[in-house]
Amino acid sequence: MEEIRAILNELHDDVDYDTCTTLIDDRILDSFDIVTLVAEIDDKLDVRIPPEQMIPENFNSLKAIAALVERLENEI
Amino acid sequence: MLFVSKEFVAFIAAVIAIYYICPKKFRWYVLLAASLFFYTMDDVRNLIYLAVTGVTSWGLCLILEHITSDASKSIKKIKDKEKKKEFKARVQRNKRIFMLLAVLIDLGILGFTKYADFVVSNVTALFSHRMRVTDVFVPLGISFYTFKTVSYVLDVYRGTSKAEKNFFKLVLFVTYFPQAVQGPISRWNNLSATLFEGKNAGLKPFASGLIRIFWGYFKKVVIADRLVVPVMALTHDHASYQGAYVFVAILMYAMELYCDFTGGIDITIGISECLGIKVEENFILPYFSKNIKEYWNRWHITMGSWFTDYIFYPLSVSPRMLKLSKWSRSKLGNAFGKRVTVYISCFLVWLATGVWHGAAWNFIVWGLLNFVVIMISQELEPLYKKFHGRFHLKDKAWYGAFEMLRTFFLMGMIRMLDCYRNVPVTFKSLGSMFTSWHMKVFTDGSLLEIGLDLKEYILIGICAVVLFLVSLYRYRTGRELREKISGSPDLTFACCLVLLMITIVFGAYGKGYNTSQFIYNQF
Repeated sequence: MEEIRAILNELHDDVDYDTCTTLIDDRILDSFDIVTLVAEIDDKLDVRIPPEQMIPENFNSLKAIAALVERLENEI
Repeated sequence: MLFVSKEFVAFIAAVIAIYYICPKKFRWYVLLAASLFFYTMDDVRNLIYLAVTGVTSWGLCLILEHITSDASKSIKKIKDKEKKKEFKARVQRNKRIFMLLAVLIDLGILGFTKYADFVVSNVTALFSHRMRVTDVFVPLGISFYTFKTVSYVLDVYRGTSKAEKNFFKLVLFVTYFPQAVQGPISRWNNLSATLFEGKNAGLKPFASGLIRIFWGYFKKVVIADRLVVPVMALTHDHASYQGAYVFVAILMYAMELYCDFTGGIDITIGISECLGIKVEENFILPYFSKNIKEYWNRWHITMGSWFTDYIFYPLSVSPRMLKLSKWSRSKLGNAFGKRVTVYISCFLVWLATGVWHGAAWNFIVWGLLNFVVIMISQELEPLYKKFHGRFHLKDKAWYGAFEMLRTFFLMGMIRMLDCYRNVPVTFKSLGSMFTSWHMKVFTDGSLLEIGLDLKEYILIGICAVVLFLVSLYRYRTGRELREKISGSPDLTFACCLVLLMITIVFGAYGKGYNTSQFIYNQF
């Protein structure tokens, strides 16, 4: 979770990621940010996020992103 | 059958009446029959193309679904982790073959009908023997229904949509007549949720839909069709109309295209609302955008999200791109290196968007210019942040208005490639605004010689104010004005009547006008 927070902070350091649950809905993260985030997660956590998982529900909050990463880590 | 014709108005009235007379479970058959009738009235050959697209997508998606369900049963029996991985990869490879086959057939038809001439004539021109592929029949709305179908295939492949077993339901999704001319490019999951239900719309949504249809016709017939004449005059005789005339053309075309495209979408969504069918919004106050990225989140939204979901994301996160991203970060530094792959994907997406709009260099350059502006503004973002950190202009209303105007004119200038249809002429004309601006154009009556008289300028001015006020209401409240009006039957009736009267009295038809097809129908 902390590694993902660090990546997000690098993208936008003026967001409270503990409380914000509308990162996509409020357009805080745009498509450029999402792609950068996915590439960073691949690089730092070695988790590949497939395009079909790139939906608003999975990226609206730090918690949702962490849950997605955990789900994909456990997937065979 | 043009959307803007007496026949179409009679047609939608009949469809809505028959739709509600029928029992709920048969209502989607009415829409299917109406949609096929609509395509047949345009040209019976449309049906052949639709049949090929429909049958292949339907059949291949059922195979995809079959492979997935078979695999999910078989994988439970495999205990070994490595073998499970291997099995999954094999299933994925098999699925990819059928997905690619369906997509290639759909896009192949689109490519042949729309781009064969462009490709052949440009390639043969390289060998000094320009050849043309003429007389290719282009099916009605092929770009729109192909994109709808491809999104369905890809969603089934990804497992985010279920394959439809009923062939005719898929045909209705592909051919749904209000979307035939210019979209929106609906997704299966969104449109199918209400398309086959046959539910009653409810009084308020029906009233709101009705107002929206009249509002759409008002925008198309009173404003857009009226502006066709001066915009054509100014851009066809570009040698005579330079400098300040180009500025006028930018303003007029911005208004014409907005009213034409959003007017058509209002008619489409209005009809759907009357039928109790939910269709995605395609525009949310695009001219209130403060930068180009925001503009593309508000203009032709369903096209933008299609390109993002099916090209930009898959391309950007593909193994090759992620590998390239790692390499570029190690060679070019973390900050710029990680943006390289995003820009490559963005470039390809805008190239594709340009090509989607038409087989011509002006559209390709249009797409690439959008890419260049987005890339520059992305690169300048740290500078903007520093600037705003120091001067605190973000909260000032006048600065917001400045940003909106800046985006409006920037997009307006790029958009002129649509009108001039010639890249060098467009750049020369845009350049003339800065080199040979003649103020007297606005005072010596020259503007009265381009197809609009003084009364029409006043009418267009009043319409612009009305459009602005209605948009401002939405901007300030987050609600559409018609939602408020549709709460009262009397107000709804009065509003529809007023819009109808204005459209009849001030509509641009009759002598000197030719009721035109929607601009986006050509894409």
